[in-house]
Amino acid sequence: MKLPPLDYALPRSLDEAIALLSESEGQAKLLAGGQSLMPTLAFRLATPALLIDLAAIPGLDRIEITAAGVRLGARVRWVDIEQSEPLRTAHPLLVAAMAHVAHYQIRNRGTVGGSLAHADPAAEWPGLCVTCDAIIEVIGPAGSRLIEAGAFFSGPLSTHLAEAEIITSITLPAWPRGRRWGFQEFSRRRGDFALAGIALHYDTDAAGRVLDPHIGVIGACHSPHRLRAAEQAISGQVLDDVLIEACAQAGSAEVDPPTDLHGSARYRRALVHAMLSRALQQA
Amino acid sequence: MKPVANLSPEPRVVGKRARRIEDPSLLRGQGRYVDDVPAEHALEVAFVRSPLAHALITRVDLTAARAHPGVAAVYTAADLAPILTHPRMPFGFPTDALPRNTTPWVLAIDEVAHVGEPIVMVVADTRAIAEDAAGLVEIDYESLPVVSDPRTALQPDSPRVRRELSSNVLQHYHVNYGDVNAAFASAPRVFTEHFWQHRGLASSIECRGLFARPDPATNVLTVWSSTQMSHELFRILSEALALDENTLRVIAPEVGGGFGGKFMAYCDEVATVAAAMLLGRPVKWVEDRREHFVGTIHERDQFWALEAAVDAEGHLLGVRGRMVHDHGAYTPQATNVAYNSASSVTGPYMVPHYDLEVFVVHTNMTPVAPVRGAGYPQAAFAMERMMDRIAQGLGLDRAEVRLRNLVPTAKMPYTKPLKNRAGAPVTLDSGDYAACQDIALKAIDRAGFAARQAAALAQGRYIGLGLAHCVKPTGRGPYETAVVRVQPSGRVSIYTGALAMGQGLKTTLAIVCAEQLGVDLDSIDVMAGDTSLNALGMGGFASRQTIMAGSAVHVASLEVREKALKVASHLLEAAAEDLELRDGRVQIAGVPGKGIKLAEIARKLRGSPGYSMPGGVSPGLEADSMYQADIQCYANACHACEVEVDIHTGETRILRYIAVQDSGRLVNPATAEGQVHGGIVHGIGNTLFEWMRFDEEGQPLTTTFADYLLTTATELPMIEVIFHESPSPLNPLGVKGIGEAATLPVAPALVSAIEDALGPFGVKVNDATLSPVSVLSLLRGAAQAAAQA
Ligand SMILES: Cc1cc2nc3c(=O)[nH]c(=O)nc-3n(C[C@H](O)[C@H](O)[C@H](O)COP(=O)(O)OP(=O)(O)OC[C@H]3O[C@@H](n4cnc5c(N)ncnc54)[C@H](O)[C@@H]3O)c2cc1C
Repeated sequence: MKLPPLDYALPRSLDEAIALLSESEGQAKLLAGGQSLMPTLAFRLATPALLIDLAAIPGLDRIEITAAGVRLGARVRWVDIEQSEPLRTAHPLLVAAMAHVAHYQIRNRGTVGGSLAHADPAAEWPGLCVTCDAIIEVIGPAGSRLIEAGAFFSGPLSTHLAEAEIITSITLPAWPRGRRWGFQEFSRRRGDFALAGIALHYDTDAAGRVLDPHIGVIGACHSPHRLRAAEQAISGQVLDDVLIEACAQAGSAEVDPPTDLHGSARYRRALVHAMLSRALQQA
Repeated sequence: MKPVANLSPEPRVVGKRARRIEDPSLLRGQGRYVDDVPAEHALEVAFVRSPLAHALITRVDLTAARAHPGVAAVYTAADLAPILTHPRMPFGFPTDALPRNTTPWVLAIDEVAHVGEPIVMVVADTRAIAEDAAGLVEIDYESLPVVSDPRTALQPDSPRVRRELSSNVLQHYHVNYGDVNAAFASAPRVFTEHFWQHRGLASSIECRGLFARPDPATNVLTVWSSTQMSHELFRILSEALALDENTLRVIAPEVGGGFGGKFMAYCDEVATVAAAMLLGRPVKWVEDRREHFVGTIHERDQFWALEAAVDAEGHLLGVRGRMVHDHGAYTPQATNVAYNSASSVTGPYMVPHYDLEVFVVHTNMTPVAPVRGAGYPQAAFAMERMMDRIAQGLGLDRAEVRLRNLVPTAKMPYTKPLKNRAGAPVTLDSGDYAACQDIALKAIDRAGFAARQAAALAQGRYIGLGLAHCVKPTGRGPYETAVVRVQPSGRVSIYTGALAMGQGLKTTLAIVCAEQLGVDLDSIDVMAGDTSLNALGMGGFASRQTIMAGSAVHVASLEVREKALKVASHLLEAAAEDLELRDGRVQIAGVPGKGIKLAEIARKLRGSPGYSMPGGVSPGLEADSMYQADIQCYANACHACEVEVDIHTGETRILRYIAVQDSGRLVNPATAEGQVHGGIVHGIGNTLFEWMRFDEEGQPLTTTFADYLLTTATELPMIEVIFHESPSPLNPLGVKGIGEAATLPVAPALVSAIEDALGPFGVKVNDATLSPVSVLSLLRGAAQAAAQA
């Protein structure tokens, strides 16, 4: 459980980082908080020749709140979100989800960019990005491009990020006043990765009808995704217990969860049902 | 042995909450564990371990590994053979009962029998380099059939776990008394159940590790090991490596937890010392967590079929059954887990007739040896589940059925027709089990529970109450050693063969000593587990140390006290009866100014050439004691808890947890409480979180703490500990063991509560390890059964 031999670089700019990355021809890894990467190296599941630490690149740690939404630099850490006073109103769902991410030591280092690139299907933040229509900004040798969160992930621990691309920021669309939201997840112990989790938000019209529901799943999936049938089930309706149950059933029917050591697909489906119904009650 | 004066019934120091003398250095980060021992120029070891559960080794190529820069040596079994007395490990605590070919190999020769078995040892400048080179070792294997379930392993046509075995059944025996079949033949009611039980790993925070340093200046090879038994490790090293006893010293530095995992000498330890001898250089091996999961012992599956015969009032008439015990690939240290289970089923109850048939069966998995509790928790689970079944079957209250069968205080000491390993009878020496139950039920407000449960149910919440008892024999003999010495500086040194591994043993021994010598705890130094300081010692296991080492320190302290009084009486010209030991002095009682410091007496007792010893005593203000005991004293506990089960996720939340424990007299209530807390957390882990899983090919599936779940603080309730003190008549301190008795009732109490919570669904729980997934499948099963009915 010792790291393989490797070199370390601390570039001072994005350009320098991109250059290092392109020159390495796939032999380099970016290092952000290290909370996922370092164990991978210790287990020697990855043996890069070079680590490119993003720590000294200016500007990547900024949280900006504008009329357009919330923009988080790739190096913003979980603890920064948790402790940001303005975010509590600018994006209450985001802040609520943070309480479920790992343990405080890990929240002190783990970053939003690292989490997206790592693409754990059970992680909260990627699920939140998908649920909330986030836009991911990446930069590479050919310049920068924007990727919709829903089109970013290609499976467990894999993304559509190109080899020499770096995530620079993530933008969550503005959060209207009065928006309803819920976040529920089940994990064996506090801070563990979710066996299943649901993030959701919707708006309401004057009659209390659900408008534009966004429901996303984590854990019980291969990558986080929206639950379209569940959204459909409540869209345009006034929520009541019967509808909540119908929505939870639709959601648990449309997921395709993996079976692993911690739970069968069937078990995770049951969890989706429970979490979805609780998240709607919470909202 | 001459009779020993008992501790006074009104002690001055014993029984008061005391801060641990260990803590100042630990809290300042000055604790020195194996990996902290300065090891300049030391080489470091990494092992190549078997990736397969059963295979022949057909080719080993070390060329690339040996050529790797920074590598000092790469060894196979053949390379170590010249300095080993035998290619296999010696027996730990040898008995005559087992065949020689059951211990593990120091390094595997041509066959591996479990994943993690060491094959090749790489010694290099750093552990990182050693790991790089280990990756360059080429080994070809030819797979052999894998046996991963002890129930199939005992079938005559099962493949063998090792080619050298003619059967996978290592032991097959009955533990019994009375005429159980006659009792069953005439019994009004018989209850039958099948249980699956599993414990898991010891999971000490510090993994194992050993540092061996040959010293040409003294010709002594010093070995620091994170072990629970430095004296036994000393014996095994000297036996395995033909080391003259005068050239070896084993020291246990700070030990970051044991819980059974360090209660034996391991092959990787012998190999590391062998490497130091071959190279004539300091060599260190520190186990990493990944190795720990496969290279350090487990306590795994037991499969039970148990029957209880009762009369119409629920009085036990007999218990009988069959138990299959997964023993793993080898026998590194005895087979006591299974025997402990089999011999302790009847626990605190009166059972007139008993018979358990036991199969100790090899499998192609990591060897099994004691983890805290050492087989006793499984017995308690099986018996307590039966008590619940009897109550349910007869429509009686759970507490009432237990009351009818618990050994009453009036019958103490109560001897069961069973023998322990030493051949001594099993005697419940003291305790009031019914009183403990009463206290537990009052504390949890049993009377108000029905209303709480009904109110919860009305809100769609499922809560349940659990109750379980245990007794645990503690203070395993045959002896422990202690030397108590007052130094001329005035500091008091205690040297013991017992072993401190985080329980606060040093504080406990210091308290026992301070009680007699009237010195501050801060002026006492305790040196434990250094073979150069005590020639003999047993170490830390079986909840024994306060009993055995505590009594040894008590005896030695009394002797030092007597000596000090005698010398002071001579020097002060006062009668010994008029003297007292206080504040590090012997003084005339009630006349604080007039006295003599213990330091002064110690100086005088070092002697001056040509002068006789003052008072005619022997030299040195010190005493050496070996406390002996073959009979163990029985601690008991009664736990009651309330849980809530989420029927949608299968999650169990513990709402309240009450532990009533009788460990006799408490030397330090603060550390006693800590031991109970730890024992309960371990039990909660065993029940709700921990599960060392393997697949059919013998591949371990849970080899990180992300997959093997330990209980963390956020999952724990407040644990309420209530001590009931029935001093044991079997030792001068009146103490009994603590840390294991606290684990035993946890699984049966929690499972009983979970079953109670799920009562509306008619769910029966017979597994001692229960994940949320299994709770949901039990609910599903019950629903299907109800639909069919
Ligand atoms: C015990 C434990 C529990 C955890 N529990 C949770 C949990 O409950 N929920 C959860 O969400 N997470 C959890 N995590 C993961 C944690 O949140 C990680 O920190 C996070 O997933 C990765 O972020 P990082 O900054 O540490 O990335 P790193 O580990 O530094 O990097 C991860 C990957 O992303 C790449 N990378 C990093 N930054 C960029 C970038 N800007 N552009 C492109 N690629 C990049 C790296 O090259 C690497 O491949 C847990 C981790 C641990 C150790």
